[in-house]
Amino acid sequence: MGPSHPATHGTVKILLEIDGEEIVDMDVMVGYLHRGFEKECESGTWYQAIPYTDRLNYNSAILANLAYCMAVEKLLDCEMTPRCQWMRVMAGELSRVGDHLTRVGAACLELGAMTPFLYGIEARELIWDLQEGLCGARVTSNYVRIGGMQRDIPEGYLTRLSESLNEVEKLTSDFDKVVTSNRIFVDRFRNTGTLSKERLIEMAVTGPLLRAAGVPLDLRKAQPYLTYDEIDFDVPVGAIGDNFDRFLVCQEEINQSIRIIRQCIPVLEKTQGDPVNIDDPRVRWPAKDRVFGRMEELIQQFKGVTEGPRVPEGEAYAAVESANGELGFYVVSDGTGKPYKVRCRPPSFVNVAPMKEMLIGGMLADIVPTFDMINMIGGECDR
Amino acid sequence: MTEAEPLLGTVKESLGEAVLDSHAYRGDATILVAPESLQDVLLELRDGEKLRFNLLMDLTAVDYIEREPRFELVYHLAAIDVEPRGTEPCRMNQRLRVKAGVPADPCEVDSVVEIFPSADWMEREVWDMYGISFRGHPNLKRVLLYEEFKGHPLRKDYPKERRQPLIGPRN
Repeated sequence: MGPSHPATHGTVKILLEIDGEEIVDMDVMVGYLHRGFEKECESGTWYQAIPYTDRLNYNSAILANLAYCMAVEKLLDCEMTPRCQWMRVMAGELSRVGDHLTRVGAACLELGAMTPFLYGIEARELIWDLQEGLCGARVTSNYVRIGGMQRDIPEGYLTRLSESLNEVEKLTSDFDKVVTSNRIFVDRFRNTGTLSKERLIEMAVTGPLLRAAGVPLDLRKAQPYLTYDEIDFDVPVGAIGDNFDRFLVCQEEINQSIRIIRQCIPVLEKTQGDPVNIDDPRVRWPAKDRVFGRMEELIQQFKGVTEGPRVPEGEAYAAVESANGELGFYVVSDGTGKPYKVRCRPPSFVNVAPMKEMLIGGMLADIVPTFDMINMIGGECDR
Repeated sequence: MTEAEPLLGTVKESLGEAVLDSHAYRGDATILVAPESLQDVLLELRDGEKLRFNLLMDLTAVDYIEREPRFELVYHLAAIDVEPRGTEPCRMNQRLRVKAGVPADPCEVDSVVEIFPSADWMEREVWDMYGISFRGHPNLKRVLLYEEFKGHPLRKDYPKERRQPLIGPRN
């Protein structure tokens, strides 16, 4: 099956041994989208790696930007401004909603249900329009910067944001009515692709897959970063960890993310005009009028851009809760403007590894819903 | 989460002389161990009282081409509560980075798949990218690249521009 199969959104080859329609053995082969992410990062400056992180999980690019920048900032030992942290929470959650909408929508499409897919994609369009409003790009955002953000929130954006969220909620509620109680849909998802929570932990699986099996591990609560400890939200869990539980967990996480964004709006309104970027000449360039008017600032900008920011020698690991689980970056610096090593801990790659165990003994038709719920994103899995 | 310094104290107490070096930098606790003792160390970290690192989150390597030993394997461990306490979400109890130097020749180390099954694909990736081989791995073959690929691209002496020969169709 694969590498390019109409019922899988992601390029993967699955070698199957079947007895009738029962899966006897299988081997999952990944790597079709390998583009040498880590090698490319090592050859550019610290800043030049950010657009590459967009192309890891292209469904939730902002979360990957965020994880990378947080790792570099940890190495630089700098604290973000409060406004920047709230902006990051808001943008990251938008990204998560977009990712989950794609996951649940595409799952329906690949099982032959076109209508719910369109509900999901219509809602995702609204999310992508919101992302475009933030950074000018719908998918590959390149929004987060080391020490700040690409730019501040545009005027009138927050009103549009809360209107669009109402729309998204209406669409997800319609989606829920069409799909979740549909007998055909439930039969395809219930009791398929199940794996116990003990085994998931052994395989280091995180994110919605683990939560669906009943382990309420969410880095936003387990190890709060940014301003998540000031925000009120719940961590949905499933009971047995089959595909249906995973589907319900993702649906509820969309609602929880919208709840988080709603809590960001008043804070962002109140802090209008506050600084977004930190005042640190190592990573932030001087204002443009000073660059063009003064010699020192011109030199600073020139050296910053051509040589890259000087990151102190050492190593750091920072992780965020991405839509698929723990997305971490391990960065090593030798003190120059270029990274010595950038390792991405990809949740997709780790989560695909136990797919074989989820499916052996099941039916051929279970592959598609299981693969959809694992939500392997080729860009992130293969890097 | 336990702070890095007290955690290092607990770890050193349990592992004794196996810890060759340790440091806490930017809040991350790191220990350096000998490659021969990796299996024992990781087993103790998983099962030891007060340690209980139940997740091998990540495994990677770094090529310090001018140093001896040339490679460094980097294991990222994490400890979480598995048993839910009412409706409370899990806590991340502690994180630890374990490093071990691996020489260029023989570029080989014991596999830890038996201790942490998640190491299966991660060790295959390290083999694929760095050419470090893992003794006792059940299925050590390339995972991201193809079998006919020559060399290991994340080694610092592999030029970024190098092209690989085309291979024909395969079944």
